[in-house]
Amino acid sequence: MERTTAETIREISRDHLTNGNGLLFGQCVTAVGWVGGTVPDCEGLVEIPMTDIAGPGFAVGAALMGRRPIFVVRYQGFMWYNASSFVNYAAKSKEVWGNPCPIFIRSIAMEGNGIGHTASSCIHSIFIHSPGLPVAAPITPQEYQLVWDHFIKNDDPIYVSEHRKSYLLKEEMNDVYEGDADITVIAISGARLNVLEAEKVLREKGIKCNIFHFLWLKPFDPPEILLESLKKTKVGIVIDSDFEITGASRSIAYELIHLTGASVHALGLEDRVCGVASHLENITPSSQKIEEVVKGLVDNSER
Amino acid sequence: MFWLSLDITAGYMMTTLSDMADSGYSNTWTEFANSRHVKEAADQDCFKIPIYLSIGTELNSAALSMVLKGYNIFAQHRGHALYLNFGGPPEGLRDELLGLPTGCSGGMSGSNAIQSPEINMFGHSGLMGEQIPIAVGAALASKQPTLAICGDASVEEDYIYPSLGYAATKKLPILFVCEDNDLSILTKVEVRRNWNPSDVAKSLGIPSVDITDDPWLIAYHAKQMSKNLPGFINIRTVRHLWHAGTGSDESPEWNRYQLIIEKLEELGLSKQTKYIDKENFQKVDQLWKEQLQKQ
Repeated sequence: MERTTAETIREISRDHLTNGNGLLFGQCVTAVGWVGGTVPDCEGLVEIPMTDIAGPGFAVGAALMGRRPIFVVRYQGFMWYNASSFVNYAAKSKEVWGNPCPIFIRSIAMEGNGIGHTASSCIHSIFIHSPGLPVAAPITPQEYQLVWDHFIKNDDPIYVSEHRKSYLLKEEMNDVYEGDADITVIAISGARLNVLEAEKVLREKGIKCNIFHFLWLKPFDPPEILLESLKKTKVGIVIDSDFEITGASRSIAYELIHLTGASVHALGLEDRVCGVASHLENITPSSQKIEEVVKGLVDNSER
Repeated sequence: MFWLSLDITAGYMMTTLSDMADSGYSNTWTEFANSRHVKEAADQDCFKIPIYLSIGTELNSAALSMVLKGYNIFAQHRGHALYLNFGGPPEGLRDELLGLPTGCSGGMSGSNAIQSPEINMFGHSGLMGEQIPIAVGAALASKQPTLAICGDASVEEDYIYPSLGYAATKKLPILFVCEDNDLSILTKVEVRRNWNPSDVAKSLGIPSVDITDDPWLIAYHAKQMSKNLPGFINIRTVRHLWHAGTGSDESPEWNRYQLIIEKLEELGLSKQTKYIDKENFQKVDQLWKEQLQKQ
């Protein structure tokens, strides 16, 4: 039976804790819902006190002792105060001291439903700045397994930007490539779901999109076919669930412009605070917004 | 070269004095001399990086090293003494201060973030107090005895209270030591807080003492606490030099090194003291000379 993304996360964790001498750290991870059904009920769970400053340090110490901990941050916005030991110790340890500090940092984005301006955030872009810290944004079961396998085979910490919208997914998402497409769309994290919805509507309107699902935000290693697509369509857009300003979407667009000469744009969250009331929210660009922006780019392109 | 010999001699002295400990005398001052060697080199502009000397406080770790064996060690800047007293290779420290690939961190960490795999001493990122939760996590995950050292300023960092609390809750095998020189750079404790870290530790259920930097006293309490960890020792000590570099504003309130020499003389050990001093200075002098001549 196919597993959902949440079930995949849970079973990977269970195996690591049961058979891999691993540990799983987090606050209230055994509370209501067990973090969306992603935390297994087994030995190796470490319920830490409500200390977003010291807690990550506990995981760093465990990593230095060879336990390859998983660390769960239930709201990605809380990474603002969880980040210090991950960024300043775990990510630097191998390069400064030759001492690997592998931690699987599960940082969970969530949005909508009045969750507000801090907890709601998807802020993986700031972690791309940190040397020594690969950043991935898996949303399907197989992608999650790929990221986990990478973690186990290597000795770096990994920042894993999860999105709650992905937990019930069972299907994988394949890239879409057609030689006569009008635009190349690179989609990241929760934005991928909205991009797929928008693509259907755009197709009905006669606009063909090549779609590339981006798993690894760092290291940046775009597939050749993506570059080929951009060279053909000459226009592209990177769409993300994080803020657009100085974010992953703009950074990746910049790289792709230089690699292909195409006009590559970015679309992410607006540069404003997210409110609690639904009309004040600032969340992943909706499928309607994506349709509108993509159509505008295609209409204005020189093709 | 007299001073050059001091910042690295301390490690050697410690070793020699450790041998004496078996015959009833304490170890102590190896790192002391060591620190002074580095000071001299710094005075001569040998270093292109900030140097955090442990002169004045080196006997604390000398005492700890006498009684704590096989510990994982987590410390922060001003850790030369700790490194040397616990047996870190002096060449590795020397070369790290000179930014050489043969340094204990290949030149990546400099003075304030030194490490030594040989003695299970882990590096420090530069965020004051961060080593304390990391040490707690290491103790939790490994169940191995762990030494976590901070200063009277870093003990105020947000990392500390939950770390002490968690160590107490889980009864972790960890000894916390706060080297309390009453200064955060130049700001005195009384300006910064009205609480005592040993009281905080005690309130969390951790056996705790607040003592002077008498090395025999430190060794005694560390030994006692090591039998039933966690424990917390606040050591009132004196920093002889500035926060960084080799400057100083005034004479230290007390000079533990001198007090120890006087004590050893009282015990009729003047001859042995001078012999150890001389031997260590020569050893460390040579250590520095051979590398500095290559510069």
